[in-house]
Amino acid sequence: MIPVNAIIKEVIKETPTISTLKFDIKPDAIPGQFVMVWIRGVDEIPMALSHPNGITVQNVGDASETLSNMEPGDSIGLRGPFGNGFELSGQRIMIIAGGVGAAPLLPLAHQLRLKGTKISILLGAKTSKELLFEEQFSRSGEINVATDDGSKGYHGVITGLMDTYDLNSFDMFYVCGPEMMMRAVLDMLHTNSLESISQFSLHRYFKCGIGVCGSCTIDPSGLRVCKDGPVFCGNILLNSELGKYHRDVTGKKIMF
Amino acid sequence: MTYPELSIELTGLEMNNPTILAAGILGTTGASLKRIASAGAGAVVTKSIGAIPEQGHPNPSLVALECGLLNAMGLPNPSYKEFNDELMTAKEGDIPVIVSIFGSCCEEFCEIIEGLEGADAFELNLSCPHSQQYGAAVGTDPVLVEKITRAAKTTASVPIWVKLTPNVTDIVTIGEAASRGGADAVVAINTIRGMAIDIYSGYPILGNLYGGLSGAAIRPVAVKCIHDLYRALDIPVIGVGGVSRWQDAVEMMMAGASAVQIGSAIYDNFTVFSEINEAFLTYLISRDLIIDDIIGLAHRRVEQ
Ligand SMILES: Cc1cc2nc3c(=O)[nH]c(=O)nc-3n(C[C@H](O)[C@H](O)[C@H](O)COP(=O)(O)OP(=O)(O)OC[C@H]3O[C@@H](n4cnc5c(N)ncnc54)[C@H](O)[C@@H]3O)c2cc1C
Ligand SMILES: Cc1cc2nc3c(=O)[nH]c(=O)nc-3n(C[C@H](O)[C@H](O)[C@H](O)COP(=O)(O)O)c2cc1C
Ligand code: FES
Repeated sequence: MIPVNAIIKEVIKETPTISTLKFDIKPDAIPGQFVMVWIRGVDEIPMALSHPNGITVQNVGDASETLSNMEPGDSIGLRGPFGNGFELSGQRIMIIAGGVGAAPLLPLAHQLRLKGTKISILLGAKTSKELLFEEQFSRSGEINVATDDGSKGYHGVITGLMDTYDLNSFDMFYVCGPEMMMRAVLDMLHTNSLESISQFSLHRYFKCGIGVCGSCTIDPSGLRVCKDGPVFCGNILLNSELGKYHRDVTGKKIMF
Repeated sequence: MTYPELSIELTGLEMNNPTILAAGILGTTGASLKRIASAGAGAVVTKSIGAIPEQGHPNPSLVALECGLLNAMGLPNPSYKEFNDELMTAKEGDIPVIVSIFGSCCEEFCEIIEGLEGADAFELNLSCPHSQQYGAAVGTDPVLVEKITRAAKTTASVPIWVKLTPNVTDIVTIGEAASRGGADAVVAINTIRGMAIDIYSGYPILGNLYGGLSGAAIRPVAVKCIHDLYRALDIPVIGVGGVSRWQDAVEMMMAGASAVQIGSAIYDNFTVFSEINEAFLTYLISRDLIIDDIIGLAHRRVEQ
């Protein structure tokens, strides 16, 4: 498919670095799927759908900055939705979100809530001002926050907060956040033999976004994050490159 | 699965079947190439590798059109120095690994060949239609093609395949130049120059503005190129361009291809290699044919 035109209807400033853009079309997506967002004349980058008709962007570079500065009436091109998305299962589930990683998890929380699932949300950020979707998540379940600087909630990394729960009482874990956080969560789940009931949404460099070019494949499975993922079960990731290295735009390995 | 009926020998390489992964599709990492080996390919060609790291063109770098894929990846690659590790991993797939390479001059091709010792063969990418310094400029000049092929052949201890661009007036002239330079086989065709424009805004869609078309749309063009090359050359022709079903593979072989490469079809169907091989086997057995009976059959039919 070639990009379809989407007109920005609303821009919501979520945190000092993160904005939500709502547009005039609703891609028919399941939670965890992403779209390739074409900022004409600049770049095309992958973004999770945080809303049926919206994305939530952290300003980290050229393309995301241009996106963050867009106003109602501006337009972008969208290809997608692509990727597998989360598999909705479990009666008593834990959502673990770090930073902008909360974006793909918000529609998941909404859908699971509609199914009557009991949800605990662990939301982490560097500092209290950067906590994303705290209020929205709290409508779907019990929420607990952690900040690196202790400005709100638990002072420290999110695995510390996980420690305060009886992890064995959950039957599915959904995780998205910075790579090292996801690795730490995976290791902790593994310690409790729970990695096979976990789903992680990964981030790798995407070029085509549709499973052809090979720039997003992970070791040692050779699976494509854009097509076979971005959501993978913890047991596939246990002995993978997650938290060790990723590849840059040239394909060169970069250690974390 | 290995079936003796499908096994071929191609430029000295033993292959379980005549389907090969085309260059630039899922060929960036060793693990990915191994996965294609498990999916049933008889051999794999890597992403084109150069002398220095290359970022490629800005995104969008690939879009799927109704008739095929349009791409302008721009040869992103980590350089041959970084690629050695990936090559070693790819070889664990236990099928021939052909390294596609590109360069701006003879010396660069030779430097890369010397730097990649594990390759089972090299495919010279003289034909990428959308990389400014390299590729097309080289691949459209028969004098350069012959010179580079000869230099590569002298340097390498493994077979040299030369991949041809269809973006020339007469592909046979270029194929003959490769053959004179000592190529062990030619591979035809690379993508055909193309462009797509966003009608909402007027912007060209690809970051590089234009790119190369592949997939079903280019198959008849590939069949004609293969047909003409087969008639003119004494070395094997490897067919590529729009193969997604066993019928396409048979057609290409009848035009003269000794084996076929598959690229874009992976987009819709990851199991395309095993599917084509199984159906091809049934085709051969049910008609009591061997592969050699069909290679170039179209030529023999009209001569009769
Ligand atoms: C499946 C998926 C879903 C994502 N969802 C979101 C989301 O909901 N919200 C959000 O803010 N971010 C999301 N990202 C990350 C987002 O794509 C990058 O932050 C963005 O591409 C940065 O581009 P830039 O030009 O602003 O930054 P640059 O300055 O170009 O790069 C900064 C960093 O961003 C990453 N990046 C750049 N280009 C790409 C690319 N084409 N593909 C992947 N990563 C890239 C690289 O790691 C790079 O180091 C997602 C990524 C993936 C793979
Ligand atoms: C995304 C993509 C990347 C490609 N990269 C290369 C490359 O690096 N080197 C090369 O020689 N050909 C490259 N090609 C061309 C293919 O190898 C092949 O010649 C062409 O796509 C036609 O075959 P197909 O229709 O089966 O895809 C690329 C094609 C695509 C679609
Ligand atoms: S981005 Fe091209 S295969 Fe995933």
